Amino acid sequence: MMSATTPKIPSQFTLPQDQSKASFVSTPAAPAKITVSDLDFYYGRSQALFQITLSIPERIVMALIGPSGCGKSTFLRTLNRMNDVIPATRVEGQVTIDGNDIYDPGTDVVDLRRRVGMVFQKSNPFPKSIFDNVAYGLRINRVTKSKTELADRVEQALKDAALWSEAKDRLHQSALGLSGGQQQRLCIARALAIRPEVILMDEPASALDPIATSKIEELIVDLKQQYTIVIVTHNMQQAARVSDTTAFFLLGKLIEVNPTEKIFTAPDQKVTEDYITGRFG
Amino acid sequence: MSTRTSTAAHDKLKFVGRLRRALSPTGNAGDAIFRGLMFCAALLVLIVVGGMIIALALKSLPSIRQFGFSFLWSREWNPVKSEFGALPFIYGTVVSSLLALLISVPLSLGIAIFLVEQAPHYIARPITFLVELLAAIPSVVYGLWGIFVLAPFLRVHVEPPLAHWFGWAPLFQGPITGIGMLTGGIILAIMVTPIISSVVRDVLAAVPNSQREAALALGATKWETTRVVLINGAPGIAGAVMLGLGRALGETMAVTMVIGNRAEISASLFAPSYTIASAIANEFTEATQDLYLSALVELGLILFLVTFVVNGLARVLVWNVTRKSGAAA
Ligand SMILES: Nc1ncnc2c1ncn2[C@@H]1O[C@H](COP(=O)(O)OP(=O)(O)OP(=O)(O)O)[C@@H](O)[C@H]1O
Ligand SMILES: [Mg+2]
Repeated sequence: MMSATTPKIPSQFTLPQDQSKASFVSTPAAPAKITVSDLDFYYGRSQALFQITLSIPERIVMALIGPSGCGKSTFLRTLNRMNDVIPATRVEGQVTIDGNDIYDPGTDVVDLRRRVGMVFQKSNPFPKSIFDNVAYGLRINRVTKSKTELADRVEQALKDAALWSEAKDRLHQSALGLSGGQQQRLCIARALAIRPEVILMDEPASALDPIATSKIEELIVDLKQQYTIVIVTHNMQQAARVSDTTAFFLLGKLIEVNPTEKIFTAPDQKVTEDYITGRFG
Repeated sequence: MSTRTSTAAHDKLKFVGRLRRALSPTGNAGDAIFRGLMFCAALLVLIVVGGMIIALALKSLPSIRQFGFSFLWSREWNPVKSEFGALPFIYGTVVSSLLALLISVPLSLGIAIFLVEQAPHYIARPITFLVELLAAIPSVVYGLWGIFVLAPFLRVHVEPPLAHWFGWAPLFQGPITGIGMLTGGIILAIMVTPIISSVVRDVLAAVPNSQREAALALGATKWETTRVVLINGAPGIAGAVMLGLGRALGETMAVTMVIGNRAEISASLFAPSYTIASAIANEFTEATQDLYLSALVELGLILFLVTFVVNGLARVLVWNVTRKSGAAA
């Protein structure tokens, strides 16, 4: 059940020790969309991430795995500065997207979050109609110029999220009337509607049944054509099915990042193997 | 020795066990008595409320018989001629309360949004404390402040400019005294702001963070995120406003001191007016004839029923919001 796609640039996934970000960007094979170097993260005094360094190429699915509390969500949320809203947090190190440091004081955080979409573990639709949920990002960012264009974009997003056939007859009913799996796909559609460049997903299928889960997995594989996707998952099979590269976190440290195939067959680190095979702890 | 202590300890255990069983909720005498007492206490509240309605209704029977429904829309209030119509009081009550809401609702929303969405904890806490302290100031003190500070201030600094710039509107015409509908409405606004703002604050705080994060993740600004929070809290906010309305409708002392107490209906906010509560408080001692007294009681009955309904609705709305999010969290 491995992903059929061959990993694109294996060489990049050895932990870079001392390279400057320019060396990632200049790799011609697949330009890095996101580079993270020496990232430390603190909740108040307690440090949650230690010296994370990795790069994420464009149009690829990267899975983040690791035991509960190891910092996967924290790391994911540093990529769109969602941790900014938690008081007393602190970031050190560098995160660049397309070569721009997102923690630079001059960064427009609102624009950053528009370009780096996010889907949360628990679906969180607004108490509005299905249509208005998907249209929300388009409206606040004034993306569309006419009503028909807005309707088209909403329809496209719902189709991309594989929800159109179920939702098309009830677009103007409350989103809260949808099932859990449908709500999660709605949240994906809502994120897709504004066409971000990167999509961050934090255990998007953890509350879903197998059928809804496989729909979302198919969706992720499809979305890879257009988007760079980073997904947190506790489900090893899921990571194996959808991702091209996998990063293993443990106690706030990045232990290993490698092509998914390699991680699941011959990981570099013993702890990775122990974790994947369930012999952990 | 050791066996003695152990049997003593055993006896004690047995005693405690029996005592606990006697008080436990699994059905026995102590429990039944306790439950009965609590039930009586709850019942007492119902009896008091029901008894009040019945007593008010009985007392106002002469007036109800005499005037029927025309009591509600007659403008004549003349004890000498024994003509009693409630319209000026209903008008005064409703308009002063709505005026209070018009001022207080935006203010309270602003306070609540600031406290929940913007202020850091070390600022939010003292401000919350101060706002809630406002609710503890006795009504009559507000009244004094109204007479000696607010009314002169309005007479000199607010009403003349209003009359100058907006005098073309009937709302701002007529003699300027500082005592009247406008002053009453403002006093009421100050008095209901603590209630509305603290309930709205609870409602906004109950909106799950996932809603804020959803908006932010789509590139929403702080203000756009706040709007999402407000949409989530809308029913609870409506409830908070109605709680404020209930309070404003029934408020007596402070309003009586600044509204002018004249049973007239005037379009001007500068003109004196009269509220139901003020009328009852002011005229009760003068009401020597039965019909006069009965008319005052009927005023009380109307006020009671209206505030009862308004408050009931408000509670249901607020409760629905805070309970739902509490269960989801
Ligand atoms: N808001 C917060 N304030 C303080 N500490 C936090 C906060 N959120 C997370 N942490 C701590 O940071 C560490 C990493 O948490 P994080 O949520 O990133 O883990 P995770 O890998 O996503 O776990 P899970 O798989 O259970 O979701 C944990 O020790 C956690 O207790
Ligand atoms: Mg997590």
